[in-house]
Amino acid sequence: MLILRTLERGPLHGYGIALSIRRISEDVLTVEEGSLYPALQRSLLEGWVKAEWGKTETNRRARFYTLTPEGHRQLGVEMSEFEQMIAAIGRVLAGSQAG
Amino acid sequence: MRAIGRLVRRMGLLVQRGRFRSELEEEMRFHREEMEREIEAGGVNGAEARRAARRRFGNETRVRERSQEVVGFQFETVAQDLRFAVRQLRRNKGFTVTAVVTLALGICASVAIFAIVDAALIRPLPYREPSRLVSLYEAISVGPQFHISWPDYLDWKRMNKSFDALDIYATRSYMEKTPQGVQMVDGVDVSDGLFKTLGVTPALGRDFRTGEDLASAPRTVILSYGAWQKRYGGRKDVLGQTVTLNGELNTIIGVLPREFHFVPAEPAEFWATIHDTRSERGSHNFLGVARMKKGVGLEQAAADMKTVTAQLERQYPDTNRGRGSTVLSLTEVIRGDVRPVLVMLLCGAALLLLIACVNVVSLLLTRAENRRREIAVRGALGASRVRLMRQFVTEGLLLVATGSVVGATLAAVALRAAEDLVPADMLARMPYLAGMRMSGHVLLFTAGIVVLAGIVFGIAPVLRMPESVSNESLNDGGRTAAGTGWKRFGSKLVVVELATAVVLLVSAGLLGKSFYRLLHVETGMRAEHLATAMISLPRAQYAKDDQIQLLTKNLLERVERLPGVASAGIVSDLPVGSGDGMTAVQVVGNPELHKNDEIVARFASPGYFSALGARLREGRYFTEEDEMTKLPVVVINQTMARWYFASGQAIGQQIKAWDKPPARVIGVIDDIREGPLELEVRPAFYLPSSAGPDPGFGLVVRTEQEEELLPALSAAIHELDPGIAVYAESTMSGKIHDSPSATIHRGSAWLVGGFAATALLLGVVGLYGVIAYSVSQRTREIGVRMALGAGRGRVMKMVMREAGWLTVMGIAAGLACSVVAATMMRGLLFGVSAWDGSTLIAVAVVLGGAALAASAIPARRAASVDPMEALRAE
Repeated sequence: MLILRTLERGPLHGYGIALSIRRISEDVLTVEEGSLYPALQRSLLEGWVKAEWGKTETNRRARFYTLTPEGHRQLGVEMSEFEQMIAAIGRVLAGSQAG
Repeated sequence: MRAIGRLVRRMGLLVQRGRFRSELEEEMRFHREEMEREIEAGGVNGAEARRAARRRFGNETRVRERSQEVVGFQFETVAQDLRFAVRQLRRNKGFTVTAVVTLALGICASVAIFAIVDAALIRPLPYREPSRLVSLYEAISVGPQFHISWPDYLDWKRMNKSFDALDIYATRSYMEKTPQGVQMVDGVDVSDGLFKTLGVTPALGRDFRTGEDLASAPRTVILSYGAWQKRYGGRKDVLGQTVTLNGELNTIIGVLPREFHFVPAEPAEFWATIHDTRSERGSHNFLGVARMKKGVGLEQAAADMKTVTAQLERQYPDTNRGRGSTVLSLTEVIRGDVRPVLVMLLCGAALLLLIACVNVVSLLLTRAENRRREIAVRGALGASRVRLMRQFVTEGLLLVATGSVVGATLAAVALRAAEDLVPADMLARMPYLAGMRMSGHVLLFTAGIVVLAGIVFGIAPVLRMPESVSNESLNDGGRTAAGTGWKRFGSKLVVVELATAVVLLVSAGLLGKSFYRLLHVETGMRAEHLATAMISLPRAQYAKDDQIQLLTKNLLERVERLPGVASAGIVSDLPVGSGDGMTAVQVVGNPELHKNDEIVARFASPGYFSALGARLREGRYFTEEDEMTKLPVVVINQTMARWYFASGQAIGQQIKAWDKPPARVIGVIDDIREGPLELEVRPAFYLPSSAGPDPGFGLVVRTEQEEELLPALSAAIHELDPGIAVYAESTMSGKIHDSPSATIHRGSAWLVGGFAATALLLGVVGLYGVIAYSVSQRTREIGVRMALGAGRGRVMKMVMREAGWLTVMGIAAGLACSVVAATMMRGLLFGVSAWDGSTLIAVAVVLGGAALAASAIPARRAASVDPMEALRAE
């Protein structure tokens, strides 16, 4: 979900995605490279992202991932599921406090 | 919808696997370099940065593998396993070749034998509802399977209550007139409804019509499928063509289907109708086939026929006294005598397969043992247990696959060649063997065996996988509990192998001995240096007795003039034949003695006995004079003298046969074997040929060069009259050698012998494997012993003792089982008892010797172990 959200803002290459997540979460979340690439593969397979080779600002060759419309939809689904889960957890925590 | 998209993308990736891999490589390299730069920017220098980046990036291979797994490249790893397995197998060529060859042999034998059993026993007979068909005979006091006469047939047909249909047949030889001369062909005379009774419709043309078997009907003939292909090239226009058989024109009206065969009458190329309705009740020429009514059983039919024959006995006491009937299931008759041989073969093949599998399993397990350290190391390096298991399973399956392919191919080739390998006689008696190939049943069976083997060999290594990778495995000290477990199991298996080998060897030995005894059975003549041939005179030119006699006289003269010929003679039927040609005789003065017993009757020229090399016991042979004066004399054999006359009293007595004047016994000879080799000799009498001239007879010629003479016989006789058919030329030794009983015995002996040799080889290899394994396990122990002072001799003896113990147990168990097996095989043995001591001892010696040799090799290796090495290694 985090990957998809990151790509929502624009196409990035693998390192860029990992960097972005680290920065925005202020070093709280680090994406293991070992899980990043398999996750990217699955997203590719499911059709949530598209990949193509391009040039970075430093003129190096890298593979850029772009979110697809299905990816958008999937992101929406995943985010709402996540929010539901957060709300539920919150309710449980609040409930036990009150009780 | 999504699933389809996913599938499509997956396929796309699959197709471009290489590109996927290299792109992923590049991506990860880029990522790492970016990380490097980030670390460098933080103040670390180049090489450090690179190392740090690599460490942070993690296990690259793992990343790659997981990425690939996501996409579902499962079979990438399978392909990897396969490649590795192939490499491993190639490295250990000895092991691989042994395992593959062993498997291939086992599978080939089983599949081939099963194909034979399928063709002979399992595939249904080519008739409609064959279980309702029975074979009919007349039963007399001498035996239960004798021929039926035409009037009896008509009465049986009319009076029975248990059959829907009843028909008869008789095997014949026809003289076919061809542009190349006269040829003898095999055929059958049948009643009009025989094919309908069997439920067979011709593939081409039509069946016989009702009444087409009467003497007045036009002569028609149906071809067998083989005859149609061979003689008429399978052309459709064969219907309506004529063929001249025995001087008569026959019209071809149909062709039988390809799968059709009728064993009691085979081989047969021409099927004609009987046309012989003037024969009398006392003239028994035919055998019968009938279809029981639905719901009628064998006993019911037999009882019904008993009533019928009893009534005929009362009505016609002269001809039918003492003549009952025999009703047998046709399927039994056709398959009955082959079944025991085939079942025995199947057992032999199963045993062989068992040994083969046991051997290969033992080899696999031994190798697994030897690779324990490798497994441990790989486990420590991160290979999951599943992956390791899969590796071994792949190896096992690869072996099975290779062995199966080789074995199945060998079997297919052998089956295809079987038609050439099977001798013509056997093919005639077992015509279903001709179409033997990898039919549906056989393929199913092969697949079944291969799957079974796959399971066994896939599972076996897995069972032996160590539960966990422990330090112990890595260090690999002496024995583990698992090691001894396998050793005990392995040695038990070897005992089974050896025992099986013993059983097969003993069986082969007994069969071989049987065969030898059969070939050397007492024939009552000097069979070597004797040439024989069958002669058939065209009926038109030789209708009268004196024409026949003149011809035979000239023929004998002509033959005796050939170079190298010592003497010649003719006889109505040659010895070592079917033993047919029988009749009952009456002793003048004792008419009731053996009144209805049919005995062998022959007509012979005066020179016949001496040409044959028969042995005279009392009296004399007949002479030319007896022939010319037509004096009624007869020569009888020893058995007949015993049956009919008190000892020493035969000469001078008179016997009466057919309607001829009583003949005086002038000589008694030692029994000549007129019938098949394994049957008991029957009483026989020999009248001079002038007493009963026949246009068909046999010729025997005594000459040193009997082989070379055979082609000259035909030429010489054709000089007299090219219309005479000369056929079935062979030497007497050849005739004995190729007779049906000898052929079967020889075939069985060879087959079982082949099995036995293979079993011996496999058993010895198995023993070697177990002993070698045991030695490898005990290397440290041996080292210790030797360091403590045990000499090489002691060490060798220690190993040999273990081997010897296994061998002795195997041989003992095997001998016990083989006596049981031999008792079951009793019916196939001739002149050899199941308890044949010399065979048992010989086999024990041979196996013992081979086992000794096999175990000596690892024993010697054990004894040459350097104690320091042994203690230090492992």
